[in-house]
Amino acid sequence: MSIMGTRVLRTEDPRLLTDGGVYTDDLRLPELAGAAHVTFVRSPIAHARITGIDTSGAAGQPGVVAVLTAADLPAPPEGGDPTTEPLLAGDRVRYVGEPVALVLTEGRYQGEDAAELVSVDYDPLPAVPAIEASLTGETLLFPGTDNNVLGAGTAGEGDDASFDGCDVVIERTVVNQRLAPVPLEPRALAAAWTGDRLTIWSSTQNPQLARGAIAGAVGLDPALIRVIAPDVGGGFGAKVAVDRDAIAVAWAARHTGHAVRWIESRSENLVGMVHGRGQRQTYKIGGTRDGRVLAYRLDVVQDCGAFNRLGAFLAQLTVLMAAGVYDLAHAGASFRAVATNTTPIAAYRGAGRPEAAAAIERAIDDFAAEIGMDPAEVRRINVVPPDKFPFTTATGATYDTGDYAAGLERVLSAAGYPALRAEQARRRKSGDTVQVGLGMSVYVEITAGDMGGETARVVVDAAGAATVFTGSSAHGQGHHTAWAMLVEDELGIPMDQITVVHGDTDAIPEAIGTFGSRSLQLGGTAVVQAAGEVKDQARRLAAEMIEAAEADLKLNTASGTWQVRGDPATALGWGQIAQRAGPDGLAADARFDASAPTFPFGAHLAVVEVDTETGKARLVRHVTVDDAGRILNPVLAEGQRHGGIAQGVAQALLEEVRYDVDGNPLTSTLVDYAAITAPELPSFELVASETPTSINPLGAKGIGEAGTIGSTPAVLNAVIDAVSHLGVRHIDMPATPERVWAAISEARAGR
Amino acid sequence: MKVAISVNGKQVEAEVEDRLLLAHFVREVAGLTATNIGCDTTSCGACTVLLDGESVKSCTVLAAQADGRAVTTCEGLAGADGSWHAMQRAFHAEHGLQCGFCTPGMMMAAVSLLAENPDPTEEEVRTGLEGNICRCTGYHNIVRAVLAAARDGRAAQEAS
Repeated sequence: MSIMGTRVLRTEDPRLLTDGGVYTDDLRLPELAGAAHVTFVRSPIAHARITGIDTSGAAGQPGVVAVLTAADLPAPPEGGDPTTEPLLAGDRVRYVGEPVALVLTEGRYQGEDAAELVSVDYDPLPAVPAIEASLTGETLLFPGTDNNVLGAGTAGEGDDASFDGCDVVIERTVVNQRLAPVPLEPRALAAAWTGDRLTIWSSTQNPQLARGAIAGAVGLDPALIRVIAPDVGGGFGAKVAVDRDAIAVAWAARHTGHAVRWIESRSENLVGMVHGRGQRQTYKIGGTRDGRVLAYRLDVVQDCGAFNRLGAFLAQLTVLMAAGVYDLAHAGASFRAVATNTTPIAAYRGAGRPEAAAAIERAIDDFAAEIGMDPAEVRRINVVPPDKFPFTTATGATYDTGDYAAGLERVLSAAGYPALRAEQARRRKSGDTVQVGLGMSVYVEITAGDMGGETARVVVDAAGAATVFTGSSAHGQGHHTAWAMLVEDELGIPMDQITVVHGDTDAIPEAIGTFGSRSLQLGGTAVVQAAGEVKDQARRLAAEMIEAAEADLKLNTASGTWQVRGDPATALGWGQIAQRAGPDGLAADARFDASAPTFPFGAHLAVVEVDTETGKARLVRHVTVDDAGRILNPVLAEGQRHGGIAQGVAQALLEEVRYDVDGNPLTSTLVDYAAITAPELPSFELVASETPTSINPLGAKGIGEAGTIGSTPAVLNAVIDAVSHLGVRHIDMPATPERVWAAISEARAGR
Repeated sequence: MKVAISVNGKQVEAEVEDRLLLAHFVREVAGLTATNIGCDTTSCGACTVLLDGESVKSCTVLAAQADGRAVTTCEGLAGADGSWHAMQRAFHAEHGLQCGFCTPGMMMAAVSLLAENPDPTEEEVRTGLEGNICRCTGYHNIVRAVLAAARDGRAAQEAS
């Protein structure tokens, strides 16, 4: 593919830069004129029985169209799974922010007024605010169960004897804290009836999955539902398909027959949208004093929040990827996923893999510090060598391609590692109050791991223009630019004559959509295959039209014309051939199913300065290799890396969703939740590296989450490295000034 | 109450609730939806507009407070002939946007920043944009875009 590696600016930008695009709440369609605004009444208490709901105070208020509660929902089936999540809380609430009632009003502001007047009587129950309380089982979230464990599993070796023969064994329990995804556009959904069909506009990453989820939950035939994703203001995994609150809004349209529209506030978003991460991890690492790691185990307790939306699955991915980039004689992992009275946890950028990388990359530094060896050297000794691919780990992952040592060396060389170590030594010697820390990670992750495949349809019309219908639903990644590049390359039709359509279940009935860094390798490959099929059709038709043998025909992709080799006079344009094909032009569908997931990898080096008097850590440089196989458009790939790195740095230094002992959220506004901002970050130093995969014809792996996975452990390791000479061996994330200062103080007191 | 606000040079008069936020006035009364609302605590900056030339977060200003004043939104950045503002050109050229939701507010904040400081350092750009959150770009290309727009602006100044 000659187009691979070409820097192309985005075709998506003009709309977004001028009139700001059209997100769900921007829709001004006639179908939505007069739509009722939906406002949620949410639980203010973490765990309680609901003993009564009085909606009468709200029902008579100005503009109120309806007030809906669980009593309006069909009764759940007798004897069902007691842990099933309802649309609206019935007899019990299990987290602050859980939806209890819906208020439909004519005006936006009337909704908040009326919601205040819905009176709910709560009989408080003891709260299970965190993993530790959940594991004791003293308070159960679900009557009819005998513990709070919602899932468990193991991978690799379960035998602790694998640590026999190690000179050094370190065991440590660390926190991979709960995060809020904070896509800048909060959740939003609108719905309107056209006859017996319901059209839903949803801020979703996956309109087709959303259609299925809504159809099942509200009792409509999927054929009667059309889901459209307008512009979507970020997702990061938290907008996969459609969640409970959004389904409840669609149900309100179903139940009342009204058109409805909903956009949540940020304060709702921070308690109502899923959170990410949330693991307590115990790692055990053992090896020899000359730097060889012999055994590693990781035991995870995953906080699911109040319901198992995806928590157990995330922990399963962590366990699968537990062994990281290392060639280990012995490795094993386990997880338990438990319920707590907190917001449910699901996918957030990386979704189970950052947790695995954070644990083993911290463990490797811990081991290096114990044996007094440079952490880069420990990694050199232990990474899987390039001649061992495909490489199957003890925990069951088969890595397709990689060169982990080369990635590390590129990063160290670009950063000037020896000079940085010298500067660190100088500051340590002089007793500077601002110390330097160097932290690294070498990571591997899994992309397109869902094995669901992806669809594409390419049409060329009588005007010679192409339309691509893609199953990959974009929300900032630049799919329109990327897919147009692929089609121009394949068919020679210029990008400005190519329209890309995504996110409409009527136009694209079958698709999976976007998550898990799957789009280019699956959706992009499907586009290339559909375009290839269109090319084959065109060749046959052109041969008929020119009366030449198919084998003698050639597509000139520079001019977008077909001709007999060596005879430009025979040239036929795409429009002419499409006309010959009939009124619908040329069209082909493709669906690409990969034979296996792909495994991007990379290395990050973070340089931090820590003020030892205040504990404030500042990231001053961040150098990365993020190898995602072959790159289509470096502009887009670098953008994905930048955003990923920032979110990973945020986990290491700043962001954390916190609850008090009663399960009250302490971070329910952006004043309290420290979403990372520009002054807290440096410009990033990206080093190019492309190790193709053979799993798909593009040679591409996923790039959406890689930056996040690599940056978190590198930055945390750097903070700890900056103060390790003072006796600090570990600091839990986020490494806030308070925590760093406390760690320094404790280490000094212990000396 | 009745308010009259100039939005992108066009007078918009309406009878509004006393509590109507300027952000909602712009979106629902003036019908200009580029200005987004990303939080309710004046933290994210998605709703940034210029009020009499200075950047404000329009979710924290009442429409009543803007009565008789002039608001510029993202839709007002381009020239009357549709030609893009230097900031729009720079955001495109430097890939300074992904999902686009923070972009209108981010550009308005950046325009205001350069009006105050036409020749900022990278650090000054980062500090100047502290009140605007972007979750997609890691700010890397936003900072590059603002620095590029500043260079453009200074070049245009010297040429004229």
